[in-house]
Amino acid sequence: MSTTDIQYPQTEEEVARIVLEANEARRPIEVRGGGTRLDLGRPVQSASVLSVAKLSGITNYDPSELVMAARAGTPLAEIETALAANNQMLTFEPMDHRPLLGASGEPTIGGVFAGNVSGPRRISAGAARDNLLGVRFVNGSGEIVKSGGRVMKNVTGLDLVKLMAGSWGTLGVMSEVIFKVLPRPETAVTVVVSGLNDAQAAEAMAAALAMSVEVSGAAHLPESVISKFAGGSLKGGPATVLRLEGLTPSVEVRTGRLVAEMGRRGTVSVLEGDVSDGLWRDIRDVRPFADGTMKPVWKVSVAPSAGHQLVAALRLKTGVDAFYDWQGGLVWLRMEADPDADLVRQYIKVLGGGHATLVRADAATRISVPVFEPQPKPLEALARRIKDQFDPAGVLNPGRMTATM
Amino acid sequence: MSELIAFLEPDRAVIDRRPSIIADLAGLLPESCLITEERELVPFDTDAFVSYRRMPLAVVLPETTAQVAAVLKYCNDNAIPVIPRGAGTSLSGGAIPQEDAIVIGVSKLNRILEVDFPNRAAVVQAGVTNISISQAVEADGFFYAPDPSSQLACTIGGNIGMNSGGAHCLKYGVTTNNLLGVKMVMFDGSVVEIGGKALDAAGYDLLGLICGSEGQLGIVTEATVRLIAKPEGARPVLFGFDSSIAAGACVTDIIGSGIIPVAIEFMDKPAIEICEAFAQAGYPMDVEALLIVEVEGSDAEMDAMLARIIEIARKHGVKTIRESQSATEAALIWKGRKSAFGATGRIADYICMDGTVPLGQLSHVLEKTSEIIDRYGLRVANVFHAGDGNMHPLILFDANDPEESLKAEMAGNDILKLCVDAGGCLTGEHGVGIEKRDLMRHQYSDADLAQQMRVRAAFDPKWILNPSKVFPLEGRNGSQPGNQSAAGDDRTAA
Repeated sequence: MSTTDIQYPQTEEEVARIVLEANEARRPIEVRGGGTRLDLGRPVQSASVLSVAKLSGITNYDPSELVMAARAGTPLAEIETALAANNQMLTFEPMDHRPLLGASGEPTIGGVFAGNVSGPRRISAGAARDNLLGVRFVNGSGEIVKSGGRVMKNVTGLDLVKLMAGSWGTLGVMSEVIFKVLPRPETAVTVVVSGLNDAQAAEAMAAALAMSVEVSGAAHLPESVISKFAGGSLKGGPATVLRLEGLTPSVEVRTGRLVAEMGRRGTVSVLEGDVSDGLWRDIRDVRPFADGTMKPVWKVSVAPSAGHQLVAALRLKTGVDAFYDWQGGLVWLRMEADPDADLVRQYIKVLGGGHATLVRADAATRISVPVFEPQPKPLEALARRIKDQFDPAGVLNPGRMTATM
Repeated sequence: MSELIAFLEPDRAVIDRRPSIIADLAGLLPESCLITEERELVPFDTDAFVSYRRMPLAVVLPETTAQVAAVLKYCNDNAIPVIPRGAGTSLSGGAIPQEDAIVIGVSKLNRILEVDFPNRAAVVQAGVTNISISQAVEADGFFYAPDPSSQLACTIGGNIGMNSGGAHCLKYGVTTNNLLGVKMVMFDGSVVEIGGKALDAAGYDLLGLICGSEGQLGIVTEATVRLIAKPEGARPVLFGFDSSIAAGACVTDIIGSGIIPVAIEFMDKPAIEICEAFAQAGYPMDVEALLIVEVEGSDAEMDAMLARIIEIARKHGVKTIRESQSATEAALIWKGRKSAFGATGRIADYICMDGTVPLGQLSHVLEKTSEIIDRYGLRVANVFHAGDGNMHPLILFDANDPEESLKAEMAGNDILKLCVDAGGCLTGEHGVGIEKRDLMRHQYSDADLAQQMRVRAAFDPKWILNPSKVFPLEGRNGSQPGNQSAAGDDRTAA
C-alpha cells in the first residue's frame, strides 16, 4: 500500500471536497482511520486512500453529562486517557484488533464505531452502536450530514447513527462521533468456576445471568486455551468466568450470592484487581489466537445456548479451537487450516441462526470467501438500495463488505 | 378549531374508489378483520394526540403476517396510503390516519410465541402489550425493561415504531437497546426477518434503523426482545428541594458520582400539586421540586447506594427525604408519578412535550420554559426523566378555547426549539409524528433530512407508509404517495 496516494484531510470540509472529487471522477477511495483493522474485511478495490487520522481531537466533554464528542481520527488511547482522568470509561470496552491481526498503528474512535467494535461488557452495557449517540459524516456524494446528537434519548427522525455503526466506511466518511461514557466501576471482581465442560459452562452462564447479580461479563475458556489467559495463572482446567462490577459493598453482596450458586457446579475462586482486569482484556482482545499466524479466525454470533453446540459439531468435521464470550453467544473459532466457511455457516443456520465474520485470514482467502455473512436475497437487495442512497457512485470502500458493494 | 399542522391533501381518486377498495379488502382477509362502518371507524380517527382527527377509509385488523402482507401489497399496487397502528397511544400523532388511508392495526396479533430463558429472549407478536411481556416472565424472575407510562395498553409494535423509553431507561436503555430481531412486512408484501436470538445481526444495522422509524419502513409483525433478570428489590426515595435549580444540580451530581440509579424522576411544584391531589401519595407540599430516585438490588446494596445518594442530596440542601420502608410505600411514591398524565388530564387539557437536553442544561431549560409559558399566559407542569435529560413539560390549556389551544401549540413549539438550541433534540421517546414534523428543519439541515428521506424511500419507494408523518411536507423532492420517482436524485435540492 506504500505506493498508493494517501490524503489526510484536516477538516470536515476537506473530507467533503475529496469525496466529491472522487464521486465526480468515479474514482473509488479507501477510507481508513488508524489502519489497525485494514485486514478485516475484503480488500478494498481502490488506488487512493483517505485517512481521517489528522481529523483529530476531543471536541466536547463535560464528565457530568456522561457524553463525549471527538473527531473521527482521534486515537482511542487519547480518549481513554481523558476518560480515565475523570474516572470514566467507554462502557462497551472495544476490542483492540492489533494483537490478533498482527497490525500496527493507533486505533481511532471512528474506526471503533465504523466496525461496531465491542467487548465483553456487550451483554450488559450494549454494543458500540448502543453507545453511539450522534455522528457527522460525509456521504458518497460529498455532502456533510449529521444524525443524532449529544443526548441519551433521541427519536427525532430516522436513526442513521445506528446505520453508520458497523458500516465499515461504506456509507459515509465519519468526521465526528458523539458517544455515551460511564463512570468506571469502583470495584470489579471475577468469579471463576473451574472444571466445567462447554455444555455445563453454557448452563452455568445462563444460570448466572438469570440471577439478579448483574453479571457484566460471562465467558468460558476451555482447557485448550486456558494457559493463554491471565499470564497462565488460571489453574484447575477449563474456566467459566463471570464478572461483577459496581460499588464495593454491592459487589461484595453479589459475589457472595454468585459464589454460593456456582459452588454447586464446580470449584469456585474469585479474582480481583489487576488479575481480574487483565483477564477481561485478554478475552476482549482474543489473546489465545493472537499467535502471530494467519490461521483463519471466525467471530460467530449466535443464541448463547447454541455456541457450544456449534463448536461440538464442528469438532467432528474439522480442526478447530474455540472459546466463548457473551454468555456463549460470541464464539471465537480458530481453524487449523481451511476457513471451512460453508460448514461454519451451514451449522449456524441449523442451530437456529446467527452469523459469522472471518476476522482473520490472508488476503487471497478474504477475496474468495465472504468475510461478512452473506445476506438472504431480500435483505441483500435492501442493503444495496440503502448503499445507493448514501453512495450512488459506489466510491466509498468498494468491496470491503461484499464483492459487489 | 384551527389547525397548525397540515396533512397531505387526500387523494380524491382513492376516496372515490372506496366501495371497490373495501370489496377488494374483503377478499384479502376475514370479515371480522375489516372495519368500514363509520361508527366503528371513529375510535381509529386519532391517537393520544387528540387535537387532530381524520377518519380513515377503512381499518383492517389482520390475524396473521400473511394477511398484513396481502393488504400492504394491495395498497402499494394501488397507491393507497397505509397507517400502521398499535394501541393508538402515540402522543405525537404517529397513528392518526388520513381520509384516503387504510389503517393496519396489529391488535389481533397478540400472542407471545416463545419464551426462551436460557437465551434470555422472548418472541412476541407485534400487538402484544408492553406489560404483558414482563407479566409472562415475572414468575421466572425476568422482565422486559422499557416501561413507557402507557405500558398497560401500548403494544410492542408501537414501541418499536417510536423507540419507546420509560422511567427505567436510565439503566436499561430504550427499545432499540432491548430489541434483538423483527419479522417485518415490506411495502410490496414481502416478508423479511432481521436479527434473532444472537446479540448482533449481520450486515448493516437495519434493526437499529427500523426502531424509531414511526411505521414508515414497513410493518413489524413479530419481535424478539431481550429479557433481563429481575432485580431482587427496588426502592425509591423521595427528595424535596426548595428550587428546581437545586434539584437539577443534585441530578447532575448523582450521575457524575458514578452511581447510576435505575430512575431519576423530576416533578416541579405544579406537577406535585396535581399528582398529590389525585394519588394522595404523601408528596411534600412545601417544596418547589421533587426527585424520585430509585435504586435496585439486595437490601444491603440498596442501603449502600442510598446512603451515598442521600449524602449528595444533603450537599444540595435537600429539604425533605422520604425513604420507602415497604413495598406499599414504594408503590405509592410511584403511583403519584405514573399517574401524572392522567391526573393532569382531570384538571385541564394538556399537551406533553418530549424534548431531551444535555444534563448540564436542565436548569437553564426549565427556567426558559417558564418564561415561554408566562409569555403565552399559560400554565405548565414539569414532570420528566431527569437522569437522561428527557423533559416532559405538560402545557395546560382549555381545548374549548381555540385561541388558547393555538397558544399552547405555539408555546410547545417554542419549548422544543429551546431544547434543540440547548444542544438537545425535539423528541426523546414520543416520536416526531405530525406533532413535531414541521420543526424538523430546526434540528436538521436540508442535507440531513434529504439523506433520511432517501433512506426512507429505499424501504417505501411510493411513500405509502404513514406518509404525513416525520418529514415536513414541503421539500420532499417529489416524494409523495403515488409518485414512483420518490427516491429520486434530490442531491441538487439538498
